[in-house]
Amino acid sequence: MMMRLTRLTTALLAGALFAFPALAVDLRIGLQDDADVLDPAQSRTFVGRIVYTALCDKLVDVSPDLKIVPQLATEWKWSADGKELTMKIRQGVKFHDDTPLDAAAVVATIERNMTLPESRRKSELTSVAKVEATGPLEVKFTLKAPDVTLLAQLSDRAGMIVSPVAAKALGANFGSKPVCAGPFKFVERVQQDRIVLEKFKDYWDKDKIFVDKVTYLPIPDTTVRLANLQSGDLDFIERLAPTDVAAVKGNSGLKYDATVNIGYMALYANIGNGTRADNPFGKDKRLRQAFSLAIDRNAMNQIVYEGTAVGGNQPFPPNSPWFNKALPVPARDVAKAKALIKAAGFDRVPVELQIPNNPVAQQMMQILQAMVAEAGFDVSLKSTEFATLLDEQTRGNYQLSRSDWSGRVDPDGNIHQFITCKGGINDTKYCNAEVDKLLNEARASTDDAVRKQKYDAASVILNEDMPIIYLGHQSWIWAYKKNVTGFVPSPDGMIRLQGVKKG
Amino acid sequence: MPVYIGKRLLVAIPTLLIISIFVFSLQKLLPGDPILAMAGEERDPAVIEFLRDKYRLNDPVVVQYFYWLGGVLTGDFGISLRTNQPVLELILQKLPVTIQLAVMAMFFAMLIGIPIGILAAVRKNTFIDYLANVLALTGLSIPNFWLGIMLILLISVQLGWLPASGYESIFVDPVRSLQTMVMPAFVLGNALAATLMRHTRSAMIGVLSADYIRTARAKGLSPREIILSHGFRNALLPVVTLSALLFGELLAGAVLTEQIFTIPGFGKLIVDAVFNRDYAVVQGVVLCTAVGFILMNLFADILYVLLNPRLRAAL
Repeated sequence: MMMRLTRLTTALLAGALFAFPALAVDLRIGLQDDADVLDPAQSRTFVGRIVYTALCDKLVDVSPDLKIVPQLATEWKWSADGKELTMKIRQGVKFHDDTPLDAAAVVATIERNMTLPESRRKSELTSVAKVEATGPLEVKFTLKAPDVTLLAQLSDRAGMIVSPVAAKALGANFGSKPVCAGPFKFVERVQQDRIVLEKFKDYWDKDKIFVDKVTYLPIPDTTVRLANLQSGDLDFIERLAPTDVAAVKGNSGLKYDATVNIGYMALYANIGNGTRADNPFGKDKRLRQAFSLAIDRNAMNQIVYEGTAVGGNQPFPPNSPWFNKALPVPARDVAKAKALIKAAGFDRVPVELQIPNNPVAQQMMQILQAMVAEAGFDVSLKSTEFATLLDEQTRGNYQLSRSDWSGRVDPDGNIHQFITCKGGINDTKYCNAEVDKLLNEARASTDDAVRKQKYDAASVILNEDMPIIYLGHQSWIWAYKKNVTGFVPSPDGMIRLQGVKKG
Repeated sequence: MPVYIGKRLLVAIPTLLIISIFVFSLQKLLPGDPILAMAGEERDPAVIEFLRDKYRLNDPVVVQYFYWLGGVLTGDFGISLRTNQPVLELILQKLPVTIQLAVMAMFFAMLIGIPIGILAAVRKNTFIDYLANVLALTGLSIPNFWLGIMLILLISVQLGWLPASGYESIFVDPVRSLQTMVMPAFVLGNALAATLMRHTRSAMIGVLSADYIRTARAKGLSPREIILSHGFRNALLPVVTLSALLFGELLAGAVLTEQIFTIPGFGKLIVDAVFNRDYAVVQGVVLCTAVGFILMNLFADILYVLLNPRLRAAL
């Protein structure tokens, strides 16, 4: 009996030893939502972009300090007039279907992004007049007008190069089996359940990839996402709830990282979008200034976000190089707010505030409601689910609306389309020729010092007119197992797997 | 019997039509624009116009409905606005998940509800009956999401016995499939068990006071035989009806439970679809659920006949 047991144990041990080197490193990542269609030309969700960081390489990438760095393009050059961008494409890169990635593939992808009827990338590439291959591994973008933000666009979905063969075969249905040139290739997807990718053995930068398989699991409930991490079913989760940071700190098997994101939280005032703009709050900037002054931004972020968010008064967070330091985040000043309301000829001002119906936004806006009440604003909160809120905001059926922006790497992406008279998502319908001029000039210059000057000047006017009342900036918070190493947090919220190890 | 079933199925057709018209118009009454929700943060006007056209959202609602109906009759349930996947494919992907969860939940509900119901009836107005009542009330009153999270924290996080959430197909890995489904099925079954227990109890009490039970006792049969063979079989009728109806409800998906345990079934699908105004998906799932419900009803009626010979004459 004993003998047999020993033999069995030996056999098992031997089996385990042989099996061990073959054990694949499988990284399981919990996402807050399910991604939408996995076609870089069509997709629009934040979590989709997280999946792309593993699946689809881009012409250029963004470093943690938000600088544009090479990825599929090794170097690039602007022409003197800022209307031509020439890029050298990396040699020897292959798509997941083993076809080569060359200048022709880059041109095909950019043209697909610009012409596919379903493409959501058109507005990101509007400045591009023509893209052509000027060599086997060189492409030239010719622009209608100087647009320095193009590089930032190419660091995201608009710059993800897809296999022309697959794109041609699948057309608008490319997302059912995406073929890119990222470190991992597509294996399978079950809607609302999982997206599975496996290591691409011919990846151009494969020495930096230490994971064999990555599985993304959408788990919307933050408590359950954390529970999965604690129980060991997941290795990594994104968007940990600020209230759960303490639980992760207290767990010796877990780690967390946080960094202030590039987006913002704000209130949009209806300045000129339809008849509902005809009210004192939309017409008299003094009331909006008073509203802003009545808010204690730090207290709000401390209470709602456990101190992980920062207060803000501009489209860029205070730690951003684009933040105008001459306009610091204002401290709460109820007396001054009252004086402004009085100067506008009011005693108390009724305001209807439209908010999304999630608990965090509701809690935050209830605090805000109490704060501004002390200055003289009678805020009624109108809670709706997101699709309705978006619709009402676009159509102008609101007075004040709570909205967030996920943020863009280039400062232009956080301000131009919201504030300029013809901006695609200018829901407040604020329109100021001087601001338009400044923001258009900032877009055209390749000199950061000049751009900064323009944004600073614009922010002074916006701080006065206040069509958008900025509240602050949340942090991305990631939590993961102690045995996961090499993760570098980035303000864009992405999970880059280069250098990430598990074991 | 086949004629009876055929008739019942024919009657189901107008019912399904009415349901589909009702759901279609209700959806159109909802505020919010599906295209806006799917156009992305930038909301390019040209894309919005193209998509509106592609999905025929510029047509009058009646025309849209007939396009949809025409598609369904030829096996085309439309395309999900959110993911570009055919709705039929989505439904076929989720249906096995939902059925598995429903079957397992029903198993728990019956396992808990029926024996306790019988026990409570037999020991009517004793401590056991009161205890069973308290249990049933507790089961009914505890919210699913709370029980779910507590179970995850206790069983998965503290004890590490079961995976916290997720799903695995029973055809791929049966063991893991059962492991992931046990907790959600228990949570769902627990609430249903309470209803089932109350109905079993009252049906049993009614039957146990009948004359033939007294006769059976007088004949000297054992209490076990009296309760199970004579009593329970007759008390089964209302219990069967109720179980079939409860099962039909389960087929509609269990929104909260699925959300908490991240089970990709109908509940999660339809909630996401409603939030994104993904009309075709909502229509498809509702239609599928309605068919399931009608079939379960029919099934209950057939079982009824099989259990009660007297009804056979009526067919």
